[in-house]
Amino acid sequence: METPNLNYVNELSGDNVQFKTKILSILKKELPVEVENYEKYMQGLDFFNAAQSVHKLKHKISILGLEKSYYIAVDYEHNLNNDSVALKNDFETILKAMQEFVIKL
Amino acid sequence: MNCIIVDDEEMARAIIAQFVTKSTDIECIGEFCSAIDAIKFLNLNHVDLIFLDIHMPNFTGFDFIQTIKNPPHIILVTSDRDFAIEAFEYECIIDYLVKPITEPRFLKAVHKVLAIKTDEQQVNTAIQSEEKPDHFYVNIDRRLIKIDNNSVNVIEAKGDYIHIKTDTKNYIVHSAMKKIEDILPKDLFLKIHRSFIINVTKIIDIEDNSVLIAKDVIPISRSYKTELLKRINVL
Repeated sequence: METPNLNYVNELSGDNVQFKTKILSILKKELPVEVENYEKYMQGLDFFNAAQSVHKLKHKISILGLEKSYYIAVDYEHNLNNDSVALKNDFETILKAMQEFVIKL
Repeated sequence: MNCIIVDDEEMARAIIAQFVTKSTDIECIGEFCSAIDAIKFLNLNHVDLIFLDIHMPNFTGFDFIQTIKNPPHIILVTSDRDFAIEAFEYECIIDYLVKPITEPRFLKAVHKVLAIKTDEQQVNTAIQSEEKPDHFYVNIDRRLIKIDNNSVNVIEAKGDYIHIKTDTKNYIVHSAMKKIEDILPKDLFLKIHRSFIINVTKIIDIEDNSVLIAKDVIPISRSYKTELLKRINVL
């Protein structure tokens, strides 16, 4: 399992501390909402909207430097669009790792 | 060149806005989390470029493009790599950025748009120069006064009026800036600020963000500076 990191955020921010703070604050705000939406749709077996949530989460996955996980998310989104939950556990493990990382920021 | 950002994700908007802020070629005049709000803005404002997310709730980027009458140049921004072929079926789509965007890739896309805009402007300038007369008339106290294009130094917008400064005389005319901008030949005149149009041939010097014409120091907006520098012969 890959470890989330801030390489992209650091590269993006350079020495602009204000911008880095802004990006991290958006990450802390948006990630829980996107995860919550995903979980809500999964509980309701609404796979179409769950796939939309996974799509949104792909950006956060990339931002946190999880390159291999991004491809798991791509495949999982595709599966959900075909009413399959294959890769659900793998994807939710990624989400858990991201949430644990972001909460410590 | 100005732009707007249309993306329902705040993170994506913040990243693009940061790249725009760092670039001297482009200025962001609006950020929208909904396509509908962006369409309302486009109906009232001139926009050169849109950074557009494809995946938005209820209204996709492609729906958005099909809704607007004369879409400006568009750079698609998406987490999907699968839409590239569909994207290039639209003439207005100049490039396709996959999130997370890097600065070099962002700049490459913007430069592509700038190159296309420069070509378009050159064609427009050529057409307009052929068609436009070398003078225009202004209505002052019920008299129509002829002003030669070559004699004009600067035109300044002042509320509902424009201030036309020539070599010999100044005129205050009740008119909108846009109206005079449309009748002046583009090869001779250039807008360098929201409130100023200058005769490019009358420039004495350019320093930082201002230009000296006759005795007037005219401010240059950041978004117009690149175009001005392209128009003058720099050694």
